Amino acid sequence: MSLNPESNGKEEVRIGFFVCHCGTNIAGMIDVEEVAKYVATLPNVVVSKDYKYMCSDAGQDLIVQDIKEHRLNRIVVAACSPLLHERTFRTATMRGGINPFFCHMVNIREHGSWVHSEKASATEKAKAVARGAIGRVKFHKPLEKRKEPVEPAVMVLGGGIAGIQAALTVANSGKRVYLVERDATIGGHMAYFDKTFPTLDCAACILTPKMSEVGAHPNITLWTYSDVEQITGYVGNYKVRVKHRPRYIIEKDCVGCLDCIDHCVFKNGNTDDEFNQGLSKRKPVYIPFPQAVPKIVAIDPNACDFLAKGKCDQTCIPSCDKNAIDFTQKETFDDIKVGAIIVATGFKTFDAKRKPLYGYGKHQNVYTALEVERLVTSSGPTEGHVVLRDGRTPKSVGIVHCVGSRDHQTNRWCSRVCCMYSLKLAHLIKEHTNAEIYNFYIDMRCPGKGYEEFYERLLEEGNHFIRGRVAEVTDAAQTKDEEGKLVIRVEDTLAGFARRIPVDMVVLATGLEPREDANDVRRMFNISCSTEGFFLERHPKLAPVSTTTDGLFLAGACQGPKDIPDTVAQAGAAAAEAMALMDAGFVEMEPMTSEVDELRCSGCKTCLNMCPYSAIGRDDAKGVAVINPVLCKGCGVCVAACPSGAITQNLFEDQEIFAEIKEILAHA
Amino acid sequence: MKYAYFPGCSLKSSGRAFEESMLKLFAHLEIELEELDDWNCCGATAYMSVDETSAAALAARNLALAEKMALPLAVPCAGCYGVLRKSAHLQKDYPAIQKQVKDGLTAIGLSYTGAQEIKHPLQILAQDLGPKAMRSKVKKPLKGLKVACYYGCKLVRPEAPFDNQHDPQTMETLLKGVGARVVDFPMKTACCGGSLTGTIPDVGLELSWAILHDAHRREADVIATACPLCQFNLECYQEDIQEKHPDLKPIPVVYFTQLMGIAMGLSPEDMALHRQVVPLTPILQEKGILDSGAAKKSPPRQEHDA
Amino acid sequence: MNAIQREIRYESDRDPAFADAIRKMPGCEAIDRCIQCATCSGICPVASYMDITPRRIIELTRSGFKDDVLKSNTIWICASCYACQVECPKEIGISDVMMALKTKAIAEGTYPKGMPIPILAQEFHDMVSQTGRVSESKLVQKLYLKTNPFKMFGLRRLGMKLMKTGRMSLKGESMKRPESLQRMLQAARIKK
Repeated sequence: MSLNPESNGKEEVRIGFFVCHCGTNIAGMIDVEEVAKYVATLPNVVVSKDYKYMCSDAGQDLIVQDIKEHRLNRIVVAACSPLLHERTFRTATMRGGINPFFCHMVNIREHGSWVHSEKASATEKAKAVARGAIGRVKFHKPLEKRKEPVEPAVMVLGGGIAGIQAALTVANSGKRVYLVERDATIGGHMAYFDKTFPTLDCAACILTPKMSEVGAHPNITLWTYSDVEQITGYVGNYKVRVKHRPRYIIEKDCVGCLDCIDHCVFKNGNTDDEFNQGLSKRKPVYIPFPQAVPKIVAIDPNACDFLAKGKCDQTCIPSCDKNAIDFTQKETFDDIKVGAIIVATGFKTFDAKRKPLYGYGKHQNVYTALEVERLVTSSGPTEGHVVLRDGRTPKSVGIVHCVGSRDHQTNRWCSRVCCMYSLKLAHLIKEHTNAEIYNFYIDMRCPGKGYEEFYERLLEEGNHFIRGRVAEVTDAAQTKDEEGKLVIRVEDTLAGFARRIPVDMVVLATGLEPREDANDVRRMFNISCSTEGFFLERHPKLAPVSTTTDGLFLAGACQGPKDIPDTVAQAGAAAAEAMALMDAGFVEMEPMTSEVDELRCSGCKTCLNMCPYSAIGRDDAKGVAVINPVLCKGCGVCVAACPSGAITQNLFEDQEIFAEIKEILAHA
Repeated sequence: MKYAYFPGCSLKSSGRAFEESMLKLFAHLEIELEELDDWNCCGATAYMSVDETSAAALAARNLALAEKMALPLAVPCAGCYGVLRKSAHLQKDYPAIQKQVKDGLTAIGLSYTGAQEIKHPLQILAQDLGPKAMRSKVKKPLKGLKVACYYGCKLVRPEAPFDNQHDPQTMETLLKGVGARVVDFPMKTACCGGSLTGTIPDVGLELSWAILHDAHRREADVIATACPLCQFNLECYQEDIQEKHPDLKPIPVVYFTQLMGIAMGLSPEDMALHRQVVPLTPILQEKGILDSGAAKKSPPRQEHDA
Repeated sequence: MNAIQREIRYESDRDPAFADAIRKMPGCEAIDRCIQCATCSGICPVASYMDITPRRIIELTRSGFKDDVLKSNTIWICASCYACQVECPKEIGISDVMMALKTKAIAEGTYPKGMPIPILAQEFHDMVSQTGRVSESKLVQKLYLKTNPFKMFGLRRLGMKLMKTGRMSLKGESMKRPESLQRMLQAARIKK
């Protein structure tokens, strides 16, 4: 039996039918033996068997042997979802010596046993879909998968620790990486932290070497202050247009001496310093932080008097002895071709103003965790001194867990890192101030390596741990001791009574959520997201870094809240997937694409705009539509829309579909 | 503008000042109120703790009467406001309760479709009428008067249909509109104690104290309320509270309608200032809002009017 | 030395039927979601006066420890201010549970000795059922006569002030046609 048998009608159709028990998953609700017996009675069926686990080696071998032994030329497998094993059975079919697309699979598990509650009707449905498949499969034609080459380059979107790790891993394998970062520097949220849990490693000390490596790597093209403008293409062949926003600095000439900042007309900062979470001000010409990569300043067009108002003495220009300041700069674009894209756009923290009872924005000494990171770090706005907005050093601090998280009214999920970072901040604040530290929690979530031990360390350092979710932070003092303080109202559930605890400072452990523009990003890249808004992985357990769009991978907190170890691990995984794609050198494209019959096409152009993948063009010379099989995903919209019936889709031809419908309804 | 009007039991006795000042104020603003004919007690929380379904029916009868009048229903007592809304919700969410209420209403020839609008006077003045429309009517702006606006619980919990749940501002908007200074008052939605001040004073009075204490801390001259039970609790137990908290100074507690009416030039009698247990008049005189000697004549001893 | 008490609960001490009965009452469906975070107890203005905090009431109720719940003073001290229900991160109807427990306690006559509120509720209920309205002064009278007559003496000063300002009337309030209300309540009470 050759791999390319003659088409239908010329030879006798000989069908082999195999129905899987799937243990009790299918057999528990469907009488599979009866189904096999029934199908044996249908026309063209030569072999009809049931087997415990069709996907096992033995099950697959059954197909291989029966093809050879019984000279089968069509296969129907009734089992689980094709998403799981269509490839398995098609491969077995191919090993048996016939074209894999002569194999058709029907789902009697997810669509059958798992959605029925009584056996008789479940079995009837299984028989009906099997009958439909038997009717259809004789019309199947032999098809070949296309092979398309993969561009050996990767774009990494986002320059936080996830993007950095992914970029370095791919770059070290010799492939080209384009790292696109929206901010003026790479580093992401990790650059804000003072120390990391549980080892209390200095965050900058472990991050900046990697940042430098990225900046210096010969295989990495680092584009900061840049966004993705447009993306087209498909796995292995993505075309991306990247927009570079103007820094008003000639990047290749700037050496990062920072003289221009000293010479700015503003002697003190005039706009909120985002890096310091608004706790200090910066000038319009700035560098986000001293170890920024690239070490190039930028001029903020909203804060700069010249750019915003058109009037300024521009004392920055003469201060630069490289003449690198250029106020006429415009945005520029680059078009690149990449084989894979790793999305590592990160997260944002919960807006604490959404919990009004905690008083953020109302009481000046209520802080978010990120603000406190900037307070305790020696390179922060207070040089590492924990000083409140009113100038005092706190003698008592309350750390409130689960702000915005585990809450039906805001975010239902647990943000995973807050218990640990709260312990870290408790330790650091105590170290800096020797204040009384009170930690208010619902549960202590310390699952990682060294995490529980870190919690024990904090317990032994003389901190208060009160199990109770803080109900309110109020300044309505009721006793003299409470005057001038923020009073935390809570039930100490372990001790078993209500408490009022006056503190000088409140730290809110705000949770992690998707970025504001996550929806726009995912639409541009064709990624799904879950109900929470994080980008959706292909499978939560077995495919955590791929998406349902081939060639697009996820890394880091954009896929869900996680700590640095998990982020780095995931970034490596995404890099590995991208590298596997590129090392294979080609991708196989599924053949269920559509084709236009030129003789039937009237050139009406109805199909052109219907295609969601922009796969249909027009041959003006011939006046007909042309489908690019490489872009076509086989959705079938054009087939249905064509008023002339000029388009056919492989594997979903009219005669195949009608035969299936006719046979399913045969008993009705 | 015309509304059906449900006073509730308190507004005819301990909360008289609310009804009197509101009726005069609304008449002055040309808002018509028509009292529901032969309304019944809403049930408050007490009735509900005996029988939830009958409680829903009890409240629903008033809603059905209002539906018959085809007017939105003005409900000044925040307690009644909360109960009527709860009855509407119970019927909407629980078909069994809806059925039983329907049976009850049908037996007396009434029906309730669930569409009846229930509004509080704060809402009517601030949103239906709007502060702009009242600006020209302000004759005696409450200049220099520092007011702590106290909402209590039922206007914002379990739902806040017309204002922010944690920091309502309707009353502040109205009183600022008549020239008063409003103080920041985070206890504005804290519970006053409800009926606990009468049944378990050890608990109830402490709740009222917490509110009065914080009003003093914010240097308020007067507390404005929107519920007869809140007003009663905060005003009438101040002496009892002083037994446990001797440093609590007296502070007048009024209805926001009273303050608004004074600002619009309505008389202290019409605004029922003579019904205060802790008088407001001296403070208004001190601030120059009322002339000294203005409300000196003692009003006729008013028994319960029909 | 106080007598040594032993406190241990066995599965036979639980009353799952009680728990299920509460679950079926309006607003009480979600008590199983509770993670015992204690926001309710924390925001409750009167939790510090309760012998069992609101959080514990939810746990005891859903586990079926009926006596603990119905004999506590908690459900009577609850002022139905709804702060707990609004702040609960699992959107559990805690105030509704308190109300459901009140109805259960009154129906079964189980409440702490000397607790005046169930009696107030009964008097309120009877007065409204009869006349359709509540006379505040009459209600207060009835309540104190039944619970603590001597307390009325302590209220005399307040009573005088209220009479002077016209805010208390000794006349009984009534609807014009209370029969209409009674007919409605009767028809509404029939459970089919």
